[in-house]
Amino acid sequence: MQSAATSSPMRLDLAIIPAILVAGFFAALVEAAKSPDPAMVMQAWTFVACMAVTGIWYLVTYADGIPKDEQSGYANNVIKAGVIASMFWGIAGMAVGLIIALQLSFPNLFYFPDLPWTNFGRMRPLHTSAVIFAFGGNALIATSFYVVQRTCRARLFGGSLPWFVFWGYNTFIVMAGTGYLEGITQSREYAEPEWYADIWLTLVWVSYLVVFLGTIIKRKEPHIYVANWFYLAFIVTIAMLHLVNNIAVPVSPLETKSFSLFSGVQDALTQWWYGHNAVGFFLTAGFLGIMYYFIPKRAERPIYSYRLSIIHFWTLIFIYIWAGPHHLLYTALPEWAQTLGMTFSVILWMPSWGGMINGLMTLSGAWDKLRTDPVIRMLVVSVAFYGMSTFEGPVMSVKTVNALSHYTNWTIGHVHSGALGWVGYVTFGALYCLVPWLWKKQRLYSNALVEWHFWISTLGIVLYITSMWVAGIMQGLMWRAYNDYGFLEYSFVEVVQAMHPYYIIRAVGGGLYLTGVLIMAYNLWMTVRKGAPLVVATPEPHVPDSTPAIQAVPAGAVS
Amino acid sequence: MKHEILEKNSILLLIGILLVVAIGGAVEIAPLFWVNGTVEKVQGMRPYTPLELEGRDIYVREGCYVCHSQMIRSLRDEVERYGHYSLAAESMYDHPFQWGSERTGPDLARVGGKYSDGWHREHLTDPRSVVPESIMPPYAFLFAKPLDYRDIVAQLKTNKAVGVPYTADQIANAKADLEAQADPNSDGIDAFRKRYPNAQARDFDDNPKEITEGDALIAYLQMLGTLVDFKTYHANAPENRR
Repeated sequence: MQSAATSSPMRLDLAIIPAILVAGFFAALVEAAKSPDPAMVMQAWTFVACMAVTGIWYLVTYADGIPKDEQSGYANNVIKAGVIASMFWGIAGMAVGLIIALQLSFPNLFYFPDLPWTNFGRMRPLHTSAVIFAFGGNALIATSFYVVQRTCRARLFGGSLPWFVFWGYNTFIVMAGTGYLEGITQSREYAEPEWYADIWLTLVWVSYLVVFLGTIIKRKEPHIYVANWFYLAFIVTIAMLHLVNNIAVPVSPLETKSFSLFSGVQDALTQWWYGHNAVGFFLTAGFLGIMYYFIPKRAERPIYSYRLSIIHFWTLIFIYIWAGPHHLLYTALPEWAQTLGMTFSVILWMPSWGGMINGLMTLSGAWDKLRTDPVIRMLVVSVAFYGMSTFEGPVMSVKTVNALSHYTNWTIGHVHSGALGWVGYVTFGALYCLVPWLWKKQRLYSNALVEWHFWISTLGIVLYITSMWVAGIMQGLMWRAYNDYGFLEYSFVEVVQAMHPYYIIRAVGGGLYLTGVLIMAYNLWMTVRKGAPLVVATPEPHVPDSTPAIQAVPAGAVS
Repeated sequence: MKHEILEKNSILLLIGILLVVAIGGAVEIAPLFWVNGTVEKVQGMRPYTPLELEGRDIYVREGCYVCHSQMIRSLRDEVERYGHYSLAAESMYDHPFQWGSERTGPDLARVGGKYSDGWHREHLTDPRSVVPESIMPPYAFLFAKPLDYRDIVAQLKTNKAVGVPYTADQIANAKADLEAQADPNSDGIDAFRKRYPNAQARDFDDNPKEITEGDALIAYLQMLGTLVDFKTYHANAPENRR
């Protein structure tokens, strides 16, 4: 239609991506027809369905020429899709988390002897992957797409490639999640998906890098804004970690099962080099990108210190990579590697707090907003949790502390103070900002509901992490307790029994957190449906976005 | 140095990031492949029998590693509770490793031989029938499901490809060995014992009619931690001091 005139004659993305989808579709069909492995057949059909859905979406979207969204200044629809996906997977992943917490509390209530997929061992990777990679990953992709466009004053690179990133990434999520329930896993924590899903993710991730870097390259701002350094480090490092940690040889191209190239001690350190830096680069660097854009933007204040941003960035990404061995203290890993890992983990405290200070002090002169704006409060509290868990981490990586804390629920508590407090809250804050901005509404449907969300979820976090602290330390002390005769005081199962009340408190905490998120989903839904529309004075295309964060940072002037 | 250069050149920034994040891993992981003594020299370690390997696949499939560690740390209480601390050599044929990160349930590095096959059957079928305080899920379905071992030869071959020293003989007879280990009265038992000298052969699930997933899993569990001959291992010998 009228769009045909504005589209360039050659659209490479519209040739390559459909070709990939068709190739994927038929490759999976062949796999489904030929594989003797029932699990592989299920996975192949799942992939066929994903390719079909994506293909139909492409057909519908591009049937009438280039859609309107692609002719405006910034790509917004793909970000909207990411926001919706993040919210959906967040609720799903947290609900699974609640179920498995209840399984540990009431072992006879949620177990079904004849349904293998309901067991804790298969549901836990579903929970961790859904919250980290599905909820967190979609939020990172969506926010990075939003931030990079505004701070570069350039439309996303690659035509419909961002859409391929969105659909491709969520295809990976579906493959991974359904695979876990069927018992398909590499047993590498946070890298459980098998070889074929890893190959697909590699393709998607390279596309993501092309979109992100391509947008930076064609920027109209001379400087690359600090949030983009963090997003870029996140994308590049995750690519490196993913490729090295997932080297495996499949039993056959028609089977799901593979064996990792490395074994034993080398494999253990490779995995925890990956595992720790999934935390460091996925859950930290990526979300720091969110912090560096959304906090200054929402507070309407510049980043506290430009110099600190530089120091924070380079020291954080350099030091994080070394910290992996603290997951393997007192194990069969050589002593020198353990000591190195512990040392760097302790040093890591400094850059982490540098980032926290930079985020918190950005509120200078705007502290009153903590009282009036529950969204900024959520963002700021997330940074406070970041500071807390990045202090707790170095403490737990000290060998003598780790001797007590390792293998216990303290680790679970630590992870969740970071995940619920930092990752969760900074994402919620960003989504609360993004929905009115993207759907062009004056404000959120209800600030009061944000208050409810904030307080219910915060209470949930407090219950969660305190119960796990108590449970973890108690567990560690009971395991090593001796009686007067010099024998171990407690049998293992007595310690399991002692955990019971804390498991229940934890489940209550998780339930409250989920309740808050449901309130949020309702609030965002109503904002989209009923929110008062923003009266736009000027059309968006190519209008320099007045981002105070960028203008106020004297980029380059200080160095 | 002017940071501005990196801020204005995306490719330089990208290269800078890659260099900075590559160092730590390279320094820590790479030496593990060539520093002598990273993996101890021990007597008794052998590749898994085909049945144990299938059991290990089930252990992985069911996510046992999310609640059970297989790594006894060198701490007094752990050694007294579980046995000799785990050696790197004991997981050298584990692709991937199963050290775990949580002990929602106890460590299993040396669970082999601690309980009878019957106990394992009962416990896996209904954990609370033998340990009332347990919070473990039931795995009754393992004993109803015939073991699918059509790809066992390919599994051994793949393990060989990633470095497990299976012999051509072991690979060629993988299927026969698997069946022999689950049925000690079969003809193949002597050849099996020759190929895997210290392996245990029994009808692990007490069901002579078929080889179930339960057979494989119990065979794997009963082997865990029993291979290394600790009579010939001296922790304080200079080559074992780490």
